[in-house]
Amino acid sequence: MTFTGHNGRALPWALVTPALAWTLLFFVLPFIAMGLSSLTAHEGGGFTLANYSQLFTDPSYWRAMVNSLEVTAIVTVISILLAYPFAWVLAEMVPERWQRLALMLAVLPFWTSYVVRSYSWLLVLAQNGVINRTLTGIGLIAEPLQLANTRFATVTGFVHFFVMLLTLTIFANLKQLSPSYRKAAADLGAGPVRTFLHVVLPLTLPGIMVGAFLTFVLCIGDYITPQILDGNNELVMPQLVMMQIGRRGDFPLASALSIILMAVVTVAYLACARWLKIERA
Amino acid sequence: MSAPLVDIRNVSHRFGQLPVLKNVSLAIEPGSYTILLGPSGSGKTTLLSILGGFVTPSEGKVFIRGADCTAVPPARRPTTTVFQDYALFPHMSVGGNVGFGLRMQGVDGATRAAKAREALALVGLAAAFDKKPHQLSGGQRQRVALARALVIEPAVLLLDEPLGALDLKLRRQMQDELKAIQKRVGTAFVHVTHDQEEAMALADHCVVMNDGRIEDEGSPERVYARPKTRFSATFMGESTIVAGKAGASRDGRVTVTTELGPISLPGASTVGAALALAIRPEHLVLGDTKGDVALGTAKVSDVVFQGSFKRVLATSVQDPALQFMAKAPASAIVQPGDTTAVSCNAQDIILLAD
Amino acid sequence: MRAVVRIAAWLYAIAVYGFIFLPVVVLVLFSLQATSFPIPPFTGPSLRWYQAVLSDTRLTSALVNSLLVAVLSSLASVTLGFLSAWGFARFVLPGSALLRGLITLPLTVSYLIIGMGLLVLFNWAGVPKSLLAAGIGHVVINLPLCFAIIYSQMGDHQINIERAARDLGAPEWKVLLMITVPVMAPAIFAGFFLSMTFSWDEFVISFLLTRFETTLPVEIWNLLRSGLNPKTNAVGSLVFAVSVVLVVFFELTLLLRKPA
Repeated sequence: MTFTGHNGRALPWALVTPALAWTLLFFVLPFIAMGLSSLTAHEGGGFTLANYSQLFTDPSYWRAMVNSLEVTAIVTVISILLAYPFAWVLAEMVPERWQRLALMLAVLPFWTSYVVRSYSWLLVLAQNGVINRTLTGIGLIAEPLQLANTRFATVTGFVHFFVMLLTLTIFANLKQLSPSYRKAAADLGAGPVRTFLHVVLPLTLPGIMVGAFLTFVLCIGDYITPQILDGNNELVMPQLVMMQIGRRGDFPLASALSIILMAVVTVAYLACARWLKIERA
Repeated sequence: MSAPLVDIRNVSHRFGQLPVLKNVSLAIEPGSYTILLGPSGSGKTTLLSILGGFVTPSEGKVFIRGADCTAVPPARRPTTTVFQDYALFPHMSVGGNVGFGLRMQGVDGATRAAKAREALALVGLAAAFDKKPHQLSGGQRQRVALARALVIEPAVLLLDEPLGALDLKLRRQMQDELKAIQKRVGTAFVHVTHDQEEAMALADHCVVMNDGRIEDEGSPERVYARPKTRFSATFMGESTIVAGKAGASRDGRVTVTTELGPISLPGASTVGAALALAIRPEHLVLGDTKGDVALGTAKVSDVVFQGSFKRVLATSVQDPALQFMAKAPASAIVQPGDTTAVSCNAQDIILLAD
Repeated sequence: MRAVVRIAAWLYAIAVYGFIFLPVVVLVLFSLQATSFPIPPFTGPSLRWYQAVLSDTRLTSALVNSLLVAVLSSLASVTLGFLSAWGFARFVLPGSALLRGLITLPLTVSYLIIGMGLLVLFNWAGVPKSLLAAGIGHVVINLPLCFAIIYSQMGDHQINIERAARDLGAPEWKVLLMITVPVMAPAIFAGFFLSMTFSWDEFVISFLLTRFETTLPVEIWNLLRSGLNPKTNAVGSLVFAVSVVLVVFFELTLLLRKPA
């Protein structure tokens, strides 16, 4: 329900213009600048498409793209598979009065610094870190395992973060379900398993998709976790972008790689656009 | 009379420390339309939940078709529930919703669809089979919920304030349809409401509940004409309540001392017992005394025109604490401030223990 | 059978809790290490690394910078977000859906790309790297968030309350200050709080857009170059403690607001 104010057209535009201007100036304009930069040759300027074609011609660049997609896909799937049953236990089995506390505890490490969280996993997974010392201590392995600086470490660090994020979204989804849906299914003869498969799962699917998309976007664009936990072992796209800036000051190439990365996210967004609507309550 | 379809025996229930049902016993006959009527907090919804299997009572037993169902889960008892918010599965079509119960029974797709269509036709929604619940109006959703519950042929259909979410006009219309559908399928319906008009219009058997107890039960005509308790007299329709004390009883008549003077009416009571005399608005006579019991004079405080009649509120001159509620003809000339004689007939007075 | 499923479910939940807390426990435990390496065996407890952190002026000034950037950028985000949400929810504007989409667009873009874009733009425009530049970037990521949260909470109910106020003779600015802001306070507060935490923890934009004076995450990153070091554990534990206090405070204010 909307209406026109007493002040005619002036007031509404005065309200929305600052936010729009900010977005245009510091989001759209930089994006245009980045687009122009990506079409410029690093040496000597001038128009070129070389920055884009490099992704397809240089095998190590292409490898980084594949690594990014693989890691993101693995992380998204594992995180959902771990988080859904966990959120289920919190929403269904923990007594109502303890749920808020249980959920708060479940996402508490969320509030550690992002940089520090990856570093903590390095401590856990290091050559002489907690896991290796424990395993050698109880004699399960003779030599320490190579856990840090691997894709396994990156995936572990990511999954840790996204399990918390997805637990939050899925928990919220489960709690939003009116209890009468489940009552109705049970009343019509469905057991717990079939109630879950036919009613609860389909009704929480939109929430899962939103969580999966968030995971995808945050994971594929993250520099910290792979840089700390995998080092320069298996490069992913964000590491490649940062390398162009840090080592070579090659803004055009960094811009082109960023735009490619963004295009991938856009494709993912369009794929699940129908689940991702921001609407007024 | 054969054994009742549902037999609720001495059921009590507590939520934590709070007793919500206190030793309730109730029989439901096959093919009957039973209404549980009461204000919120009276325990009527809890009683329905116990029937549906969503709540196991703290004490007492529930028998359905002679079998002890007290702790049988909802899926395995011959009842289905129409929920207050309908609980239609939003991700399934109307046909999918109605066929859900059959699908859970392992009925094949073709039979399922045929039966679902049949059930939808019964509620007048044959065309809605492929629609999604959100495309339907409130009244249509209500009918889909009804079809979904009826299609698996329950012994008892439970309805939790099924008309509560509808506007008044639609409610009256759905009320007539519910009754017609119930007569057609012959299933016993148990229906919870706080709307006494709904109760009178629908019920074969009306159960008035208050504070976790059954106050009164019987045909709506009987409950209205001869309520058993003061609560029943004021909740199922309005009544003017005159407080009094029993005097001598003789020849099947009792004399009751009131602020309005002694009143003699049919009945009996122990001398000195506190009594309440309930009189329905349509039985109060205003103006020159016509009834055989004079109730003093009263000052009219409010007149509300209701279309076919006027609802008159008046305060007794003899007992200012007493409020008369009377129904006057639409043509009656009566205004606030008028002073008028009030009377009634002795046989219309309902004698209640206070 | 039922009991087995229940026990399995509880064991699973405990295992996930263990996974979630493992790195945090290790972090905090070895921040109390007495020797120079944060690896087993545990040699503490000792507070020497906390002393080292608190006497490190680079870290303490980075902490102040982080707080400053977080508070100011969140204030800007929530103000711009609230005003635009109010404008879009209350008035019919041409192209409203498109413009709303534009404002929320940065939500779907990685921080890395937003940082890159600003870096390229500022580089061309000759804007030097600074905390202000990083703060501008933080408003870009948090403005759409504040907008989305506040806009989604502006229902018809609030509109009717505002109408009632106008009907009773309140001028537009009084409606805003006395009705809209108080009614929307929970959403505004949530937007501000979330912006604070995102800005406080943001790394890549600050990394790209600051140089000499920088924020705490970037300073911690610099510490990491020296390898595993209990000092990093100590500063990480401190940041964690501050965040937990904030979260608990936030939860309590929310709980107390609710008429339980």
